[in-house]
Amino acid sequence: MARIGVFVCHCGENISATVDCDRVAENAAGLPGVVHSVDYKYMCSDPGQTLIREAIREHRLTGVVVAACSPRMHEPTFRRACAEAGLNPFLCEMANVREHCSWVHEKTESTTQKAKDVVRMLVEKVKRNEALQPIKVPVTKKAVVIGGGVAGIQAALDIANGGHKVLLVEREPSIGGHMSQLSETFPTLDCSQCILTPRMVEVAQHPNITLWSYSEVIGLDGFVGNFTVKIRKKAKSIDEHLCTGCGLCTQKCPVRKIPSEFEQGLGTRSAIYTPFPQAVPNKPVIDKLNCTYYLKGRCKLCEKVCPTQAIRFDQPDELVEVQAGAIVLATGYDIKRADFFPEYGYGKYKDVIDGLQFERLASASGPTGGMIRRPSDGQIPKKIVFVACAGSRDPAKGIEYCSKFCCMYTAKHAMLYKHKVHDGTPYVFYMDIRAGGKDYDEFTRRAIEVDRTQYIRGRVSRIYEKDGKLIVVGADTLLGAQKVEIEADMVVLATASVASQGSEELAQIVHVSYDRYKFFSEAHPKLKPVETNTAGIFLAGACQAPKDIPESVSAASGAAAKVLGLFANDELTREPLIAAVNRMSPPQYSTCIGCFLCQPVCPYNAIEREEFKTRDGRLIKAVARINPGLCQGCGTCVALCRSKSIDLFGYSNKQIYTEVAALLDEALV
Amino acid sequence: MKLGFYPGCSVDGGSREYKESCRALAKAFDIELESVPDWNCCGASAAHNLNRDLALALPARILSLAEKAGMTDILVPCAACYNRLALTQHELMKDETLRNRISEVTGLGFKGSCSILNVVQWIQKYILPELPGKIIQPFDYRVACYYGCLLVRPHKVLKFDRPEDPQTMDEVMKLIGATPIDWAFKTECCGAGLSVSRTDVVADLSGKIVYDAFSRQADALIVACPMCHSNLDMRRPEINGYLKQKISIPVIYITQAIGMAVGISTKELGLHRHFVPVKLPEKTEAIK
Repeated sequence: MARIGVFVCHCGENISATVDCDRVAENAAGLPGVVHSVDYKYMCSDPGQTLIREAIREHRLTGVVVAACSPRMHEPTFRRACAEAGLNPFLCEMANVREHCSWVHEKTESTTQKAKDVVRMLVEKVKRNEALQPIKVPVTKKAVVIGGGVAGIQAALDIANGGHKVLLVEREPSIGGHMSQLSETFPTLDCSQCILTPRMVEVAQHPNITLWSYSEVIGLDGFVGNFTVKIRKKAKSIDEHLCTGCGLCTQKCPVRKIPSEFEQGLGTRSAIYTPFPQAVPNKPVIDKLNCTYYLKGRCKLCEKVCPTQAIRFDQPDELVEVQAGAIVLATGYDIKRADFFPEYGYGKYKDVIDGLQFERLASASGPTGGMIRRPSDGQIPKKIVFVACAGSRDPAKGIEYCSKFCCMYTAKHAMLYKHKVHDGTPYVFYMDIRAGGKDYDEFTRRAIEVDRTQYIRGRVSRIYEKDGKLIVVGADTLLGAQKVEIEADMVVLATASVASQGSEELAQIVHVSYDRYKFFSEAHPKLKPVETNTAGIFLAGACQAPKDIPESVSAASGAAAKVLGLFANDELTREPLIAAVNRMSPPQYSTCIGCFLCQPVCPYNAIEREEFKTRDGRLIKAVARINPGLCQGCGTCVALCRSKSIDLFGYSNKQIYTEVAALLDEALV
Repeated sequence: MKLGFYPGCSVDGGSREYKESCRALAKAFDIELESVPDWNCCGASAAHNLNRDLALALPARILSLAEKAGMTDILVPCAACYNRLALTQHELMKDETLRNRISEVTGLGFKGSCSILNVVQWIQKYILPELPGKIIQPFDYRVACYYGCLLVRPHKVLKFDRPEDPQTMDEVMKLIGATPIDWAFKTECCGAGLSVSRTDVVADLSGKIVYDAFSRQADALIVACPMCHSNLDMRRPEINGYLKQKISIPVIYITQAIGMAVGISTKELGLHRHFVPVKLPEKTEAIK
């Protein structure tokens, strides 16, 4: 005979503001099989959990229903409490009366009625729950970090220093990411390369880190602790073991006018190239789209000059499968280009550049050797207008969020310009100065007060060219929206930062959710900021939302800590909520008819063919079998099975039907 | 072919040549423009500054009358009228309560079945398919296409062209042999209704527009709005006074430019009605 306990939570006022919790509890007490029913203000608190534990012992409960929030956050909490009191955790269910009821309805009689109905459904379900045992799976103690910017580098180093193997996968020829392109960094104005390149070298030399540059993740199977990662190592057209990185080939390559990605199009590179002198690995790749040999079938000059005969024109892409226990996504961000802004000339004015281009102009290793020269004619600009929030916080542009680090780098740009061109005047058009962070506000104040940057609060409506000047038309909203026109020599747009190109595809490959801006979604905005909803996959840096360097590094270390925590176990326990094909004895009497329709629909390739044969090898029957290690319990096969031979533990057909019946007609149950 | 037509007050008065050129162009392409029976003022900029119901009821009545007359497409040549009609249709279609209330005010039902066309959309839909064979005098000039503020905004509602750097007029002008210039003032404000109360502001705003077209060697400014036209054309003495320079670049309606290309007489197109004489550089020979 079932002995069910019902525990109705008020969730402070989250539930009790619209649902009459005591009446829900009272009603539940009258349901068949319910022997105990109470309500409490915070069921997830320690006294709340004690209430459940004591009731289990006192009333010898065989099942528990907690009517509270969504199971996503607190189902593990309450199941743990049940287990502590000796009840199998899978005999505890949650009735969601918050997200599904109190939060979405007004305070009316029918809202309370709905809460009662939801509780009744779960009471009927839990009567049919079975005690289940968790599944143990081994852990592959190796992590794959995708993306080699500062976040990926930090995560890889932290995991490697924790004693575990790491594979760092980077799609560009070198690691370093956007940080390697920056000139100086706020708020200390220390040189970006000087602090980053030692870390890059550390990655290359660390015994626990394998670095695959020019490689992309193209597939992911498996589950936490046991992933199989498919990686395409793009052909670099060189033999990395022979290449010494002497750079002779890049000097001799006759194709020299390719706009350099690293220099943001302000400099050029050759067809065989390393992106920048401090690249890691410091070995070139051949850009097949621009190489004369790949285009026309002749040249091979690099092959002739290579002292170690390391050039391999016939090298194919390599597809490799790697076993890993955890994945860290650190794919970073991109910025919108000036061609995103019709009102600023769609990128047709050479001297309207974006923030990353200005970084290259200001960088000692950049195309101008650190002199601020405008791209059109190489003149030193006497007036630069910096436009903050170019695209960010602009619903009309479809980007409603704040790109976060632009306020700071714009102040930095203005400062760097002033430090290099003493008689120049920097102007900044801004909406708000967002300088929250350690030493950040002091930094922007310095730009205004010490370096005399002209900050104008207002937006720029248009930029056009007139007699060799860029006319910047805007409003000064602190002077009553007065119109401002500045004849500038150069304009720098602090363009919106957006999800890295290809991040949507990657999210689909690795099965993590992403927001409407294609940034990867964290599992919980406050309490699980580096986890994803897919166990074993973590987030580091700006692939989750725009982040500056300190934040990216913190998130990366956080993700690494999570990976190390995972790797501290030799075995993982998985919830046994998986599907199974029924078996009776003898096993061939299974109702499975062996149609195998379930096989192609399984997203996890978990369904195998099991054959029963006589002793002389004659096939009697073939039935489906579900590999418990691979099954994720999605239930697709259950829905498709024609003979109803598959059931999902914890969500059996019987349980679901009873729930529905309980909702439709109390008499049915 | 018969087509609905909402003239509005300005093309019936100050900008008669706009209506004349619309009708002349329609005639040349065998289109009969039938005015919405018993049409009224669209409310212009006055109504929506004062009273929301009035601002919606006035255009709603026009649209209801057009629906009743069985019109499916109506040409609204004035950009301001077009904007008011399109915005009203948008507001009423997304809010049933509002729709019912306004229908009560007008005493006419409102279905929202009319497709409201601005002059460029009308040209694209009804003139362009027949145009190539009819050009006898290519309009071979450098033109600055001026869209003004109301033709392409708000983009969310009108969903017509790119709001910051529109292209449709430029494309049409290319088809009649013109060279549209790349310039910066396509959608800048001309000063609009300040034409009467603050002529100095109009001289400043419109002056920048005229000067940019002039300094980029445009032969003509092409417009699709009677308000823009009167500011750039009628206010030219004030503009020239502001610029301290005599700029005589003519301002031509898009319908007039196409009309000239297909050989409609300057009289029929009302070119003689402009304040700035329409003098274009001698360039091309007529196609024999």
